[in-house]
Amino acid sequence: MKLIYLVIATVLLAACSLFVGVENVTFTALWNMEAEAWNIVMISRLPRMLSIIMAGISLGICGLIMQQLTQNKFVSPTTAGTMDWARLGILVSLLFFTDASPILKMCIAAAFALFGTLLFMGILQRLKQKDTIFIPLVGIMLGNVVSSIATFFALKFDLVQNMSSWLQGDFSLIMEGRYELLYISVPLLFLAFLFANMFTVAGMGEDFATNLGLPYKYVVNVGLIIVAIITSVVILTVGTIPFLGLIVPNIVSMYRGDHLKKSIWHTGVLGALFLLVCDIAGRIIIYPYEISVGLMVGVIGTGIFLYMLLRRNTYA
Amino acid sequence: MIVAEKLSKYFGSKKVIQDVSVEVQRGAITSFIGPNGAGKSTLLSMVSRLLKQDDGIVYLDGKNVHKQKSKDLAKTIAILRQSNVVQMKLSVRELVSFGRFPYSSGKLTEEDEQKISEAIAYVNLEELEDKYLNELSGGQRQRAFIAMVLAQDTDYILLDEPLNNLDMKHAVQMMKLLRKLVEDFGKTILLVIHDINFASVYSDRIVAMKDGSIVAEGPTDDIIQSDVLKSIYDLDIDVHNISCNRICVYF
Repeated sequence: MKLIYLVIATVLLAACSLFVGVENVTFTALWNMEAEAWNIVMISRLPRMLSIIMAGISLGICGLIMQQLTQNKFVSPTTAGTMDWARLGILVSLLFFTDASPILKMCIAAAFALFGTLLFMGILQRLKQKDTIFIPLVGIMLGNVVSSIATFFALKFDLVQNMSSWLQGDFSLIMEGRYELLYISVPLLFLAFLFANMFTVAGMGEDFATNLGLPYKYVVNVGLIIVAIITSVVILTVGTIPFLGLIVPNIVSMYRGDHLKKSIWHTGVLGALFLLVCDIAGRIIIYPYEISVGLMVGVIGTGIFLYMLLRRNTYA
Repeated sequence: MIVAEKLSKYFGSKKVIQDVSVEVQRGAITSFIGPNGAGKSTLLSMVSRLLKQDDGIVYLDGKNVHKQKSKDLAKTIAILRQSNVVQMKLSVRELVSFGRFPYSSGKLTEEDEQKISEAIAYVNLEELEDKYLNELSGGQRQRAFIAMVLAQDTDYILLDEPLNNLDMKHAVQMMKLLRKLVEDFGKTILLVIHDINFASVYSDRIVAMKDGSIVAEGPTDDIIQSDVLKSIYDLDIDVHNISCNRICVYF
């Protein structure tokens, strides 16, 4: 599969995404410069489309980085608990810094996410049993504990409704002025690209990396910081999107191998494409109502994930 | 030359290396032998700065190893650890190109590509260079890792049990390859090896370790002696001269 085909498919779907919705926007209306049509596009449809694309690329690449650094195909921001920590961070910022700006909220969430991910990595190093399935289970358990703490405090302080909005990924509330935080991920993704080679070497293990003169700890930390910030930004603007960071890197790995330099853009674009498909499907299936993208990704993702697991077994 | 002075290493309260001093000469194969848990791998790890010693100093060509920049060291000394299990889907060529990382940080130049191709050719893996590592046999994979070390182009090469998982044919090929590296390029090779007959036939010098200390050290022929081996392994070992090689019989 060539990258260019993926890009073309993504661009086409992104264009479609502009014309799907309750309010009818047609191409001719845009062509004739009708103000109302343009308003809808600029205020709602375009922000939605852009945020889907950015979130898709971001989550795909985050998953890829985590899988590489932990040398485990089942680790992603969801299964390592990163997302749960980020949500706890948002809750803390709501409780203690009531008037916090989105940037401050993001910083607090990212700090929590980073702490949680480092904790996970620390546990990972101490684990005697490096079983592939066991490691993500530890992450999921840790994440659930954190998540239940967050829920407890949310209940106590009457913030459950706010909480649930980050529990489920949803693009329907995305409008101009509510998604711009996502742009923070753009420079971070370029940073990830610059580090791609180093992440690949680090993924071979600490001894291997040190032998090649790579500052292992520094590279791992850079990777985790990128993941923590991007995850927090996505949760704050869009909400939790499960599975994407898990399956997209695995699909790309099947046909591109695991050298990050070769797979990073494929993973990003496929992530965006996958999210676009899920979002558009969610908007069409029960039209004029909408199924939230978190649910759609969950359903479609589970299917793909099961298929991958079964396929892996037949080949192994 | 590698000089280790009074190295010690503790794991918890257990002393795994105890006041070890050793000199390794350039342009030769030096084999480290001894029973399991003697501290051979630990010693190699410390010499190659993967592990920090608790006491003592390692000098590489007169300079303290732990005070040098890791990146510079990576151009002088290369180490390959015991288990090279790869979870990742990497092609042979991608793995070998990691060897050029100390020189170009991943942006491969023309010269790098040249060295990578040479290294792959040297271990006879040209036809498999685009295959993924997990599609190779144990012997081929081991050779791919050796090629990576070759691409790293270091004067010193440290190999921890390079014959692990190799059948007889490939083990012999591997040792001949190492011998050739010494003869062709004047490399200095340090091996941890369990098969004393391989050590006897292919190395110039042998260092024997036991319980974290060096018990014997010298030219191969001085070490491959019944009484010396008895003190190392607690085992009666007959040594025979067979076509100019000293062969141990211990079955």
